[in-house]
Amino acid sequence: MSVSDLATPAPVAGTPPAIGAGRRTSLGSYLALLPFLGFLLVFLIVPTVTVIVGAFRGEDGGFTLGNVRALTSDAALNALWKSILLSGSTAVIGAVLGAVLSYLILSLGPRSLLRRATLSVCGVLAQFGGVTLAFAFISLLAINGVLTQALDSWIGLDIYGSGWLFGLNGLIVVYIYFQIPLMVIVFTPALEGLRPQWREAAVNLGASSSQYWRQVGFPLLTPAFLGSMLLLFANAFAAYATAAVLVSQGNPITPLFIRSALTSEILLGQANLGFALALQMIIVVAIVMALYALLLRRTARWMR
Amino acid sequence: MTTPSLGFRIFRGVMLTVFAVYFLLPLLSMLDFSTRGHGDEGRNWGAWRALVENKDLREAIIASLLLALFTVLLMIVLLVPTMIWVRLKVPGMSRVIEFLCLLPLTIPALVIVVGIANVYAWVTYLFGDSPLTLTFAYAVLVLPYAYRSIDAGLAAIDVTTLAEAARSLGAGWLTVIVRIVLPNIVSGVLSAAFISVALVLGEYTFASLLHFDTMPVALTAISKSDAATAVAGSLASIIVVSILLLGLSFLSGNRAPDVEGVKE
Repeated sequence: MSVSDLATPAPVAGTPPAIGAGRRTSLGSYLALLPFLGFLLVFLIVPTVTVIVGAFRGEDGGFTLGNVRALTSDAALNALWKSILLSGSTAVIGAVLGAVLSYLILSLGPRSLLRRATLSVCGVLAQFGGVTLAFAFISLLAINGVLTQALDSWIGLDIYGSGWLFGLNGLIVVYIYFQIPLMVIVFTPALEGLRPQWREAAVNLGASSSQYWRQVGFPLLTPAFLGSMLLLFANAFAAYATAAVLVSQGNPITPLFIRSALTSEILLGQANLGFALALQMIIVVAIVMALYALLLRRTARWMR
Repeated sequence: MTTPSLGFRIFRGVMLTVFAVYFLLPLLSMLDFSTRGHGDEGRNWGAWRALVENKDLREAIIASLLLALFTVLLMIVLLVPTMIWVRLKVPGMSRVIEFLCLLPLTIPALVIVVGIANVYAWVTYLFGDSPLTLTFAYAVLVLPYAYRSIDAGLAAIDVTTLAEAARSLGAGWLTVIVRIVLPNIVSGVLSAAFISVALVLGEYTFASLLHFDTMPVALTAISKSDAATAVAGSLASIIVVSILLLGLSFLSGNRAPDVEGVKE
């Protein structure tokens, strides 16, 4: 390694590496990445590969499709369906309400303090999941919850019902709380990217406001909107902590099914079922994220 | 831009208020719930005092704070030199490093937990059975967010020129990284640290399934006997995390004008 190495311009694709000693140096340069790559190998790649391999391995260590076949059991399919229902419904509701909110924020104008504040708060709330969010809603809507008691004493309305908060419906309500702000974060740049000039051009050509939105605005925003919705879907599908705290009985969704497979000491072979369920989760999230990347690329074409 | 009509402004005001109430209500109800007091006793801060007085809870909170500190240190030690090195010496690897860093976004934490048992058997064997060993798992978890912050910091300066200048004056690589580049990307590293702390303080998946007592795990355990204390602890952590994340948005908001040279 010497100063002359640095003097050569950053390698452009296709440029051959520097002569002789340069090649040895570059090998050394790669070695410097080893601690980082080794760390990722141990704590990210090995666990993931363990899951993938484990999904096809039986109790005796041999190859089997039994675990994957167990995914088609009624209980597993039911959990997957509920998971998709939960992720799908909160993604749609979160995306629509989030898009409305980001339109309202942007209409405040670029100098608005309220706009900056709302965007910052959304940044916080989008990260606000897990245990704390579950407790927030328990304090609001559970049997001793603030809103439950207030509505009961004011107008005698029982919103607690038979404990819907601790089932799938409760999860939908709670998840929407972090889905809307996440939508605002990921969708606002696209909405902001709609150039006012396009609208002026449309108006000059005689378009009405609704015509502009129908024929220019919405078609342009569609890939960004669908992409954001997919991200919200993956976000809800992978979430675990909120559901784990809220739902203590039964396994309505896949993440909780994985929990019981991991912690169950009654049934043998549950660990391998855990691997299979985790593999299923990787596949679903990977498909969704691949579609997201695709739509993001379409959006990037007109957004600068 | 044309001023919106009065009708739209009223509609906007109403809608924004509805959203504000929806987002504030659960938070305010936490404050009310946690200060309500048990049984007939009046409003008091007993649930909040329990956060410090309850021994298990106190230890869990300390464990979580230490975990946040160690995760930030490990993240900086691993990521910052690697990212600087990639920019300077092996730019061809930048796409690979970026891909690897963003990978934890696509692999749910729950999946990593399912597969990490063997790795953690070794970690426990080498480092003992302390909750602080979660540092390794958490460093993976915060990687995508930390990467983006540091990458933004590095993009704002001319790393190559700075390094060339330092090298031609005789600085070693360590000096270049620690004393030349690092001070110039402090705000990026700080953002990375803030978001890492925020994520670690709320992390539950790894800790609960690997059976380590961190703050969220302890709060969940205590919620069965004392819901008010669990709610108080949650609200406290939300406040800490919100301050960190709002500070972060302030940091990144302030950085932009410096780069552009103009303020809006």
